[in-house]
Amino acid sequence: MKKTIITVVGKDTVGIIAKVCTYLADNGINILDISQTIVQDYFNMMMIVDTNRTAKDFGDMARELEKLGESIGVIIKCQKEEIFNQMHRI
Amino acid sequence: MINIFEVAETNEMIEKENLDVRTITLGISLLDCIDADLKLVNEKIYQKIYEAAKELVATGEYISAEYGIPVVNKRISVTPIALVGGAACKSPEDFVSIARTLDKAAHEVGVNFIGGYSALVSKGMTAADEMLIRSIPKALSVTERVCSSVNLGSTKTGINMDAVKLMGEVILQTAQATADQDSLGCAKLVVFCNAPDDNPFMAGAFHGVTEADKVINVGVSGPGVVKTALEKVRGENFETLCETIKKTAFKVTRVGQLVAKEASRMMNVPFGIVDLSLAPTPAVGDSVAEILCEMGLEYAGAPGTTAALALLNDQVKKGGVMASSYVGGLSGAFIPVSEDQGMIDAVTAGALTLEKLEAMTCVCSVGLDMIAIPGDTKATAISGIIADEMAIGMVNQKTTAVRLIPVIGKGVGETVEFGGLLGYAPIMPVNSFSCDAFIGRGGRIPAPIHSFKN
Repeated sequence: MKKTIITVVGKDTVGIIAKVCTYLADNGINILDISQTIVQDYFNMMMIVDTNRTAKDFGDMARELEKLGESIGVIIKCQKEEIFNQMHRI
Repeated sequence: MINIFEVAETNEMIEKENLDVRTITLGISLLDCIDADLKLVNEKIYQKIYEAAKELVATGEYISAEYGIPVVNKRISVTPIALVGGAACKSPEDFVSIARTLDKAAHEVGVNFIGGYSALVSKGMTAADEMLIRSIPKALSVTERVCSSVNLGSTKTGINMDAVKLMGEVILQTAQATADQDSLGCAKLVVFCNAPDDNPFMAGAFHGVTEADKVINVGVSGPGVVKTALEKVRGENFETLCETIKKTAFKVTRVGQLVAKEASRMMNVPFGIVDLSLAPTPAVGDSVAEILCEMGLEYAGAPGTTAALALLNDQVKKGGVMASSYVGGLSGAFIPVSEDQGMIDAVTAGALTLEKLEAMTCVCSVGLDMIAIPGDTKATAISGIIADEMAIGMVNQKTTAVRLIPVIGKGVGETVEFGGLLGYAPIMPVNSFSCDAFIGRGGRIPAPIHSFKN
């Protein structure tokens, strides 16, 4: 399974999760895990998603999510899961 | 499964602490380009580099986007040109034509530096080696991206003092040939003792003859990450200090390993090594000197600096070795002056001298690096400094290097600006007593004894 980590960081506002999830659903991207916290008034969310069934190219998905983030006023990043596994797991 | 704190830690390192992959360097053997016809040699070299490296920059950018980690430089190293051009070149000018070809190929494939305009003369010089060395001032003044290196000694062979003498003159000539750019040519020229075959970092990268046809080597960086980690253990004892550096170095190196393996897979070129170096940049928060300060020194250069650097270098290796399947290159902490804001501050404050830097090079990679000295420094003085540094490498069985920049027309107290990753530097004073008769002797210093370690 090809897993991607999506992180969303920014000022908390209504509907951040809804908008990101709608985009993912529209593109056939399955959410495996979500965690979310508020650190010093800042919204922090991490999603682990399965990109196996989407027709979207990784680069396009990353760019579109980045744009979506700009429209909500948050920063959205997509990264392949391996970088985190490599760094934090032996 | 990965949790939100681990993800946040990684991204914080990238966004706030300047964690990056400093370079993906593609090593290319040019041994199959050797020919007696100079025109043919140049054509073959251009074709080989172009074919091997045309995807390199795109690959680096693709990996950078996929993992969200900057891959700052994409570079090429080639077989030492003294070997490749030896059969065809009849004059230093002939070698310069190869430098132009390398520069053209580097521009075409979009890499910012190409290393390997080099000669390996640790025991003696062939006619071709000497011609290449004499061509360096011209080669570096008429090209933009070519980097040059010369290996002058090794633990096994001793030091070639004839070549040391010659290089003192060549460094000054290179400074003069690029005087209109504040002697920038010298920033692309380094001399070594015990030069490694697989170094991905410039200016000293070349593709050694012991290497495969093509290979991917990666250099990681992350002084800012180490410094931030140490901020959290302020006042703790040395055990905690060392453990923190080791764990941080492990994480940083794992990123390098991942990028190296991915680049190797995408380009179908074998993975060579990860170079564990802590390589600073002039950016604030990306400095090795700041790590030393965080350990408890007022400035780099204060008493205790050599010990602090020794432990830093050792812990980086201990953490990094476990993180990568193959480690090589220079692997350690770099202490360039102009490329490290903390070093620049230390020199400006009067805390750091050339002599202290020399002591520091005994315990870390690589050597006297990116140090601006007065433009009227004598060639023999430069040779003397080189000889000292080569002796440290030879006796301690380590790589040492010298990259001095005699800035023509400038003296102590003035500053020189190189721009970009090369940074800026205050000009440092050089001991003005003479070593002319010593350098003038000629010949070789024999290899040291390998027993009676005292």
